[in-house]
Amino acid sequence: MTDTTLAQAETLAADPASVPPPRRRRRTLGGVSGQILLYAMIALLALVYIYPFLVQVATSFKTEQEAASNPISLLPQTFSIAAYERLFLNSDFPLWFANSAVVTILVTLGRVFFVSLAGYALARLHFRGRGVVFALVVGVMAVPTVVLLIPKFLVLNQIGIYDSYTGMVLPLLVDAAGVFIMKNFFESIPTSVEEQARIDGAGTFRVFWSIVLPMARPALITIIILSFQGSWNELSHFIVATQSPELTTLTKGVASLASGQLSQGTQYPLKLAAAAIMTIPVAVLFFIFQKRIMNTSEGAVKG
Amino acid sequence: MTAPATPAATPTRPVSARPSRSGGTRRGEAGAGWLFVSPVILILGTFLLVPVLMALWVSFSDWSGRGSPLSSNVNFVGLDNYASITSGGLATRDFGTALRNNAWYVLLVVPLQTALSLFLAVLVSRRMLRARGFFRTAFYFPSVTSSVAITVLWLFLFSFAGPVNALIAWFGGEGPNWFREPTGLVHAALASVGITSGPDVLTQNTALGLSWWDWLAGPSVAMFALILMAVFTTSGTFMLLFIAALQNVGYELTEAAMMDGANAWQRFWRITLPQLRPTLFTVITLGLIGCWQVFDQIYTGTKGDPAKTTMTPAYLSYTSAFRDNEWGVGAAIAFILFLIIIAFTIFQRWVLRDRPVSRRRIRAYQSATYRKGAAS
Repeated sequence: MTDTTLAQAETLAADPASVPPPRRRRRTLGGVSGQILLYAMIALLALVYIYPFLVQVATSFKTEQEAASNPISLLPQTFSIAAYERLFLNSDFPLWFANSAVVTILVTLGRVFFVSLAGYALARLHFRGRGVVFALVVGVMAVPTVVLLIPKFLVLNQIGIYDSYTGMVLPLLVDAAGVFIMKNFFESIPTSVEEQARIDGAGTFRVFWSIVLPMARPALITIIILSFQGSWNELSHFIVATQSPELTTLTKGVASLASGQLSQGTQYPLKLAAAAIMTIPVAVLFFIFQKRIMNTSEGAVKG
Repeated sequence: MTAPATPAATPTRPVSARPSRSGGTRRGEAGAGWLFVSPVILILGTFLLVPVLMALWVSFSDWSGRGSPLSSNVNFVGLDNYASITSGGLATRDFGTALRNNAWYVLLVVPLQTALSLFLAVLVSRRMLRARGFFRTAFYFPSVTSSVAITVLWLFLFSFAGPVNALIAWFGGEGPNWFREPTGLVHAALASVGITSGPDVLTQNTALGLSWWDWLAGPSVAMFALILMAVFTTSGTFMLLFIAALQNVGYELTEAAMMDGANAWQRFWRITLPQLRPTLFTVITLGLIGCWQVFDQIYTGTKGDPAKTTMTPAYLSYTSAFRDNEWGVGAAIAFILFLIIIAFTIFQRWVLRDRPVSRRRIRAYQSATYRKGAAS
């Protein structure tokens, strides 16, 4: 900790740009120590936010004894990949990962298509009942997901898609918030290009597919981020939609690991390795679209 | 929840009339419109509206989980299910405990996450700060991880021989066995000054099967660890909302206040914070709504233990139905939870509604500017 602070202070002192302008010379001394204090505080906070993930990765490479005896260190004394071997060669983990990947890809593709289709219709096409449909979408956004656990199971069961891929994917294919985002976006772009294409005789779907959709890239990326993160991290829907082991997703599988299936003793290296691997895809997505996520607020709200 | 009226949809066009406005280019639009929204309507209808209605029926029925709840041997039992969780007995006690736990969770998480996210946003919004991007990333990263992964990590961090207790030991303290400790924080604090049982007025009176003394127990140590986790994972998301809002705060006003000799603290409270009011309300109500939906963490981690002190209504609804086959009770709990959350949503809409500036406020503003003008 002290190292970081000192390093910060040093870079600070070396950089003339960060010294307060001479106009406020009277306060220069307080300003510099204030800056050091600020950097010390923010560095400490960042450490609190990052350290858990570092110790997670470190512990996944420790032996079980060491995870208990020396939980805080970032360097395993005996480097062990036993946890990863166990996960990949001797458990259902690869299956869980594959299930999550399939569901996430299908849901993301489906959502991008259906949500932009509906958003476009609500923003641009004139049809009777449009106001009612939009009211329905907005109303549905207010329904909290946790109260839908039992209801969703009832319907999946009733229509006979309980415990199937269809039951896992279909209910997630549409997201009211996504429709809302796309509608707002389409309303913000000018209509002139579309009108021109229409006059040239293009049909509604053609206008949508080859003219409007390419223009909607920024909004589509928002939808992709939200859908991917949302369906990869989804737990409760899969709990009520499936029961067979072959349909277990990562979230459900790792949750069962956490509560002690598969394990004798604490098995922290194993559990932490599983949790670390399941974080990688969303972390990669996050770093790819980092600039976008950090600059827009709507792309970041977690449901 | 009322949608803004779309003017274009209201004038109904008679089928026989010639399309007037845009000539032939609007042909077939109604058909295409319905076609385009039909997948959304079908899926939302099938997996949101129908389920809610079906669950409403189940909450008034004696369905036991076998066969279809719509079959003829399922009976309407009126408010029995609602009565069983409010009028005494074990189910009532469980429901009361779950409500108590979640209420303490909300009471602590919402102010903490709001204050922390605002604090972080102000820190990383400083123009002079170097490596702003790095710090923003660091604070936001926990928000992208799944609740399952973060819960697994938390179970390790707060385990008895885990890093948090190692850190506490390093400072010479002794950490509790976090996820095994059912003692409420308020009770623990009172016990440390020698009060181990409440006055009769608190212990003799009960609400939802729980004595007032137990209602006031505070979050258990285990729940407190989950509270810290919620603050850790959500502060980044809300920080982004505050950063966006801070970018819109006029710098001129801050500069003017600086000229007038206001210090940083005064500038924040008097200039910046009032301008953040809408975002502040959004963050608080989103927090209130989200905090009543605690499920994943409990399912993954504590399963309601120790001694039911991390039981939440959402998880209780799930276990009542799926584990104990008390589907009616589970659905009834879900609907009560629904009402709680809807109440907060409506409250949010009401607070954030567009409203004209009141006369009183205009007067206050005028007199303030007048005074300021007179003073300078």
